[in-house]
Amino acid sequence: MPTYLLLIPFLPLFSFVVTFLVGKRLGVHSHWLPIITVLISFSCAIYAFFQVKNGYRVNTDLYTWISSGAMTVSVGFLLDELTSVMLIVVTSVSALVHIYSVSYMKEEAGYYRFFSYLSLFTFSMLMLVLGNNFLQLFFGWEAVGLSSYLLIGFYYNKVAAADAGKKAFIVNRFGDFGFILGLFLIYASFGTLHYEPVFANVAQIATQTFTMLGVTFNLPTAITLLLFGGAIGKSAQLPLHVWLPDAMEGPTPVSALIHAATMVTAGVFLVARCNPIFALSMTALNVITIVGSITCLFAATIALTQTDIKRVVAYSTISQLAYMFIACGVGAYSAGVFHLFTHAYFKALLFLGCGSIILGMHHEQDVKYMGGLKKYMPITYWTFLLASLSISGVPGFAGFFSKDEILAMAFVSPVGAGKFAWFIGTIVAGLTAFYSFRLFFLIFHGQFRGTAEQQHHLKESPKTITIPLILLAIGAVGAGAFGVPAVLGGNANWSHFLEPVLGHPQVHPSHFTEIILMIISVGAGALGIFLAWQMYINNPGLPQKMQDRFPLLYRLSLHKYYVDEIYGFLIVKPMNSFSRHFILNFFDIGLIDTIVNGIPKLIGQLSGTIRKVQNGLVSHYLAYMGGGIVFIIFLIYARS
Amino acid sequence: MIPLSWYMVLATILFSIGIYGFLVRRNIIIMFLSIELMLNAVNLNLVAMSHYLDSLRGQSFTLFIITVAAAEAAIGLGLVIVLFRNKKTVYVDHINELKG
Repeated sequence: MPTYLLLIPFLPLFSFVVTFLVGKRLGVHSHWLPIITVLISFSCAIYAFFQVKNGYRVNTDLYTWISSGAMTVSVGFLLDELTSVMLIVVTSVSALVHIYSVSYMKEEAGYYRFFSYLSLFTFSMLMLVLGNNFLQLFFGWEAVGLSSYLLIGFYYNKVAAADAGKKAFIVNRFGDFGFILGLFLIYASFGTLHYEPVFANVAQIATQTFTMLGVTFNLPTAITLLLFGGAIGKSAQLPLHVWLPDAMEGPTPVSALIHAATMVTAGVFLVARCNPIFALSMTALNVITIVGSITCLFAATIALTQTDIKRVVAYSTISQLAYMFIACGVGAYSAGVFHLFTHAYFKALLFLGCGSIILGMHHEQDVKYMGGLKKYMPITYWTFLLASLSISGVPGFAGFFSKDEILAMAFVSPVGAGKFAWFIGTIVAGLTAFYSFRLFFLIFHGQFRGTAEQQHHLKESPKTITIPLILLAIGAVGAGAFGVPAVLGGNANWSHFLEPVLGHPQVHPSHFTEIILMIISVGAGALGIFLAWQMYINNPGLPQKMQDRFPLLYRLSLHKYYVDEIYGFLIVKPMNSFSRHFILNFFDIGLIDTIVNGIPKLIGQLSGTIRKVQNGLVSHYLAYMGGGIVFIIFLIYARS
Repeated sequence: MIPLSWYMVLATILFSIGIYGFLVRRNIIIMFLSIELMLNAVNLNLVAMSHYLDSLRGQSFTLFIITVAAAEAAIGLGLVIVLFRNKKTVYVDHINELKG
């Protein structure tokens, strides 16, 4: 095992431990160790990438973690094409977010705590992508969930933040339950949890079935759907998407790193990593495609009317993650991972841009009170523009290449739901462009709508914020260069690079189809941008008119289709009342307390009677003793 | 030659006096003396038997008992003195704090 590979995850772990333990004394200097370690990790990740490019692979066990009967699980590292890409995404975004946080979190209480959690998150995410077995993946999966919880609830004395942390944790539990059942099934079918033997022998379960409760299941379908359940939770797809928008209660750098660029893509990574199993089940692929398509449209329509800038970007994240799932569903895993890669940069940039605006506006997040920020924050303005162009799929930007590859692959895919996914995806491309530029115009153009006090303090953010923005903007524009399709004169480097892990899509679109599809989706995007311009710059009265014309649609979107309310009514409220009435009042107070308090009471009463014997008078004791001796002698005589 | 039974009767009488004193008297020093009396009744029995059986085991055993009893008497009397210093009494009925 080469040292540089070990350094990648374990340096952040070291930094977490040190910063967490002695950070209080380091005070305002506690960011140094995390930043330096993550930068070294980043360099090692780049080195690892080039090693992989030269054909170098690692698949080694470090040590045996669990050994129980026939089951052995090791902590081991797998370095291949997919891992090397993920390593670069995680470490680069993490490094930039670390640097950004120096200014953003300045003078916050618990400064060192924030940086130690960031390091913990980086470690967990790297363990997740580097593992060579499912259990280590699961370990990383839960550990990123933990650090996400800690960071969402970073402002723990704010009720909304603490609740959002809990919500994220609990909602993810539903998905993780499916995930772990999937792991059980994999272990039961293959007798191991290591990727290599599982994927090598995957053909043997292709047609197996098992019966449970009188229903016969197809084994690959069951495994893949259970695993996908975990992915739904972590990547915030319908119906478990509710935690992600609430997670925006956390500090903005956290939203950028965890809830946009890295952790939420773990679900996509899982599906891509397990592609040999997913390939066996057409049902599962159709389910993934349909869930992805519906989520894509659903989240995009909610993003149209939200006024909290972070929430708009959060719903946009859900929608973009859904694109990645569509790609995985139609078998174009490399397109999915490509979108993961480009999305990481433009979405992190959007979030960090939001953070810069929030800082400039003194923690005002409502777009209603913004406007005209262009002249105050030029760097934020330009980088935000680049990110919006990228997410809208304007030709030449990173988002264009990845999104169009997904749409083209969906169109020609043999998976039944492919055409449907393409249709939805194209509509959403237009919606995405619309809400992105709605946000952009509302923030940066028009008149300032906040207070004079806020306007007075408006200024560009410091360098530690603008430099990460500029670096991310380079990624948001240029990340597409790795995967320029053949039809546009590229050589599709990306999918060739990932082919050994992710396989080759069964069908390729012809160049003619690809061009037509591109024109359609770019047209949809352009239409979205034009409409946003029309509604928010050219004719500012239009949004109000639309609201009055379609009040039902507007309210559905504004209230997020009332999903939270429905869950509250169907799950949270019955659960609360069940807990209060049955668990607390009947079970805990009625049953347990009666037993727990009753037994000591009984013993107390009994001993109260008996202890009168022990009255402290020696002569009485002596009489008992004498009586005892006589009794024993009597016994002895009686027996003989 | 005094017969064995005489020694046995004497030992029984001494032992009974010991038990009686131990159970009836309330003065802790007297109780202590009664215990010693019982102990020596047993010693007397051992010596008499030793002589009767023409074996030295009983006598050597007695010597050990006397040695141990001396040490025990020293500790016991020490305890009584400490007790008296703290409580200003040697009557066991007045010393009844250790009760349930």
